[in-house]
Amino acid sequence: MISFTVNDHAVSVDAPGARRLLDVLREELGMTGTKEGCGEGECGACSVLIDGEVVNSCLVSVGQVEGCRVLTVEGLERNGKLAPLQHTFLERGAAQCGICTPGMLLSAHALLQRNPTPTYEEAQTAIAGNLCRCTGYTKIIEAILACPTRPS
Amino acid sequence: MPRREGRLKVTGRARYTDDLALPDAWHGRTIRSTIPRGLIRTIAFDPAFTWDQVVVVTAADIPGENVVQLIRDDQPALAEREIRHREEPIVLVAAPDRDLLEAAAEHIRIEFERMDPVLHLHDASEELARIAIVKGDVDKALGDAEIVVERTFRVGHQEQLYIEPQGAIAVPMDDGGVTIYGSLQCPYYVHKAVVRTLGVSDEQVVVIPAEVGGAFGGKEEYPSLVAIHAALLAVKASRPVRLIYDRHEDIAATTKRHPGTIRHRTGVGGDGSLLAQDIEFVLDGGAYCTLSPVVLSRGAIHAAGPYACPNVRIRATAMATNTPPNGAFRGFGAPQSEFGAELMVEHVSEVLGVPSIDLRRKWMFRVGDTTATGQQLNESVGTELVLDAALKNASPVVVPSSPSVLHGRGVSLVYHGSGFTGSGEKKLASQVTVECSRDGEFRVLTAQTEMGQGANTILAQIAADALEVPYEDVTIVPQDTSVVPNSGPTVASRTAMVVGGLVAEAAREVRERMATEQPPIRVDKTYVQPSTIRWDDERYRGDAYPVFAYACVVVDVEVDRDTGEVRVTNLVAALDPGRALHPILAEGQVEGGVLQAVGYATIEEMKMADGGYVNDRLATYIIPTALDAPRIKTVLVENPYSGGPFGAKGIGEIPMDGPAPAVVAAIHDATGVWLDEVPATPEKLLTAMSS
Repeated sequence: MISFTVNDHAVSVDAPGARRLLDVLREELGMTGTKEGCGEGECGACSVLIDGEVVNSCLVSVGQVEGCRVLTVEGLERNGKLAPLQHTFLERGAAQCGICTPGMLLSAHALLQRNPTPTYEEAQTAIAGNLCRCTGYTKIIEAILACPTRPS
Repeated sequence: MPRREGRLKVTGRARYTDDLALPDAWHGRTIRSTIPRGLIRTIAFDPAFTWDQVVVVTAADIPGENVVQLIRDDQPALAEREIRHREEPIVLVAAPDRDLLEAAAEHIRIEFERMDPVLHLHDASEELARIAIVKGDVDKALGDAEIVVERTFRVGHQEQLYIEPQGAIAVPMDDGGVTIYGSLQCPYYVHKAVVRTLGVSDEQVVVIPAEVGGAFGGKEEYPSLVAIHAALLAVKASRPVRLIYDRHEDIAATTKRHPGTIRHRTGVGGDGSLLAQDIEFVLDGGAYCTLSPVVLSRGAIHAAGPYACPNVRIRATAMATNTPPNGAFRGFGAPQSEFGAELMVEHVSEVLGVPSIDLRRKWMFRVGDTTATGQQLNESVGTELVLDAALKNASPVVVPSSPSVLHGRGVSLVYHGSGFTGSGEKKLASQVTVECSRDGEFRVLTAQTEMGQGANTILAQIAADALEVPYEDVTIVPQDTSVVPNSGPTVASRTAMVVGGLVAEAAREVRERMATEQPPIRVDKTYVQPSTIRWDDERYRGDAYPVFAYACVVVDVEVDRDTGEVRVTNLVAALDPGRALHPILAEGQVEGGVLQAVGYATIEEMKMADGGYVNDRLATYIIPTALDAPRIKTVLVENPYSGGPFGAKGIGEIPMDGPAPAVVAAIHDATGVWLDEVPATPEKLLTAMSS
C-alpha cells in the first residue's frame, strides 16, 4: 500500500509502485480532472502539485509520492466555491477547450502561492511548461495577473 | 458572461472522452503499416499467444462496406491488400487490459511487398482534384503590363496539436448497432461513416460527442476512422471498447495541414495599378482524397487575396503522394494560398519602390468590387477599417539593444469566406430546432459541438436574444444524433453565422407563436440559400461565400543574426467580425488562431523520412509555449452584415490566415532576406542570409 494525501484527504492505494501517478489519480481514485496530453512530460496537461511543486504526473511513479501532499484541480475549490484563480479564469475567457486548464491552474496556483503579485514575464515563465493550443496564452496570463487575492 | 461549460472546465469536472468510465470496457489498439507503399503479403498471428483472450479485427471482419465515408470512396477503414501510406491501419486489437493488449500486438506479424513510393509533390502524377478560376484575359493583361513580377512560395505541413488526442469509445447494442462517444467536431459525419461500415440502419448508430479538448479541423474527418475502428472492435467483442490515441500515434497517423506550392505572376501598370494575377496553387493531399477537393477549393478562391483585379487566373490542383492523408485544419487552404498572395504584394511593392501598405490601399476590395470568381461585394467589406485599426494600434518600434538582434515589422491583409463554399450550404440544408417545452424550458437543438470556440454560449445568446428571454433560461441540448437534427458540421466558420442565423429565425418564430399558443411549441428550420446568392459549380463563378471577414495583422520580430532564430515579439490583429456576439470569446478565437499561425510561420516543421513523420512526438514537434508567444493585441472592428444573426460573420478561421506572410515580411524588413516559405526555421534563414 502506498499512502499519501490528495487534496488534503489521506489515501492508500494498492498499486505497483512504478504505476504513473496520473493513472492512479484517474483510474484508481476516479479523479479525471488531471489530463493526459502527451505522456512524455512535454505538455503539462497532467500537472499536479506535489508538496507545493509543479510536477508532470505522467512522469512520476506513485511510489515516489509516499507520504507526500498532492494537489489536483479537484482540490482548488473551497466548500463548493470557486477559488479566486478559477473565477478569474472563468470570467476572463482563460479556458477555451479546457483540456489544459487543470494543469494551467495548478502552475498558476503555485506561482501565486510564492509570489502573489507576479509580473507579466513571471506569469509567462510559470506557465511555460503548460501548452495551450486555443488561447494564445493571452487571457490565461491576464487571468493570473487579475487574480485578486493570494490563494490560501 | 462566462462560457456555458466554463465552470465544469475550471473545476476539472468536464468529461472528455478518456474521462468517461465504462465498466467492462476493453482497450483497443490499431496496428498499422510500416511501409509507405506496397502490398500486404501475410498477416500472421503467433500461435504462442493465446488469442481467445483478446479480440482481433481485420478487413475481413467488416460487416458493411470497407470505406471511410467522405467525399470519395477511396480510403478503406482497414487495408485489405494495398498499402498507400505508412500509417495505414491494418489490424485492430482489443483486450481487457493494456498489458495484454501490448502483448497481443507484439505477436502479430505483417509481411509486405514493398513498392516505390511517391513521396514528394514534384514527383506526384495522380490528381485528387483540379479547379480553374478565370476572370478577364490574363495573358493579354500580362502582355500589356509594364511590370510583371514572378515568385514561387512554399508552405509546409502543420499538425493541429489539439491538447486532447483523438479518441472514441464504442458501446455495442443488442441489435448490432453502436453508441459512439468521442472527441469530434461533426457528429453526423461520424454517424454516416459508422452506419456504412457496420452495414446497419441510421437508427442503429448513435453518436454523442464528449467534451472536446481542441480540434481545429483535426477532428473534422479523422474521428470517423477512430469511431469506425472502435465500433468494429466493440461489435466483435460484444462489449464497450475504448480507442484512445496516445500523442505519438496521434501525430504520426492523423491528418495535417496540406503542404504546397504557390506560384504567382502579377502584372501591374506603371502607376502601380493591379492588372493581372496568374496563380498556380498545388497542394499535397497525401495518400487519400479525404477533404482535399474542398480544401483546394477554399484555397483557390482566396488565392488572389482581398484585392480587386480585372484579370485573374487561378489554376489549382491537389496531388496524391504516399504520405499520410492531409486534411482539415483551421483556414482550410486559405492560409496556404493567402501566404502567397500577401507576400506577392510585398514583392511587387519592392519592385515598384512604394510602401506595401500604400499598394494594399490602392488594390484592396471596396464595396462594389468583384472577386476572382466574379462575386460582387455589396456590403460589410472591412479592408480599410481593419488596416487603419491595425496600424493605429501598433506600438512604436522598439529597436533591440543587442547589436546581434535585428528588428523587423511586417503587415498582412487577409479575408476569409464564412460558411461552406458555393452551393455547399444549399446542399447541406442544415436543420435546427428551437422549442419551448410544456414546463417553459427553452431548448436549442443543433449538431454544433463545443470544442472551445464557444458554440454553446453563442447559440444560447442568439436564441435568448431572439426569444427575448434571459440567457440562463435557454438550454443547449447535448449533440446526441438520436436527439438533435443535422445542422451540418462544426467547421468552416459557419456555426455563429449560418447555424446561429437559423437558430435566431426559429427562436423568433417560437416567440411569435407564444403570443397565441400554449407550450409545447416546437419550430424546425431548414437552411434555404437566399436567392441573391448565386453560384455556378461547373464554371466556378459567382458568390463563393455569403460574405467575407477581413483582418489586418502587424507583427514585430526580432531575428538573431548569429543563430537565425526568429522571435515574434508583438502582434496586432484587427478583425472585422461583422458583429462580435461575445467579444471575449471572439478575442479568444483571434488570440489562439494567430499564435497557431505564428507557430506555422516559425517553429512548426514536420520532417519526413520514408513517407512518415520523423518528429512525431511532442518533444520534437514544437508548438509555441507561453514564452514563445508575442504580446497579442486584438482589435475587433464591427462592420455588421445584414445576412448574419445580429450582424455576425464567421471568424473561427481568419486569425490563421494573416500572421505567416506578415512574419516573413518582417523577417525581410529585419534582414533584407526574402524567405518565401514557412516555417522560417533558423537553418533556412541562416542559409538565406549567408548567400
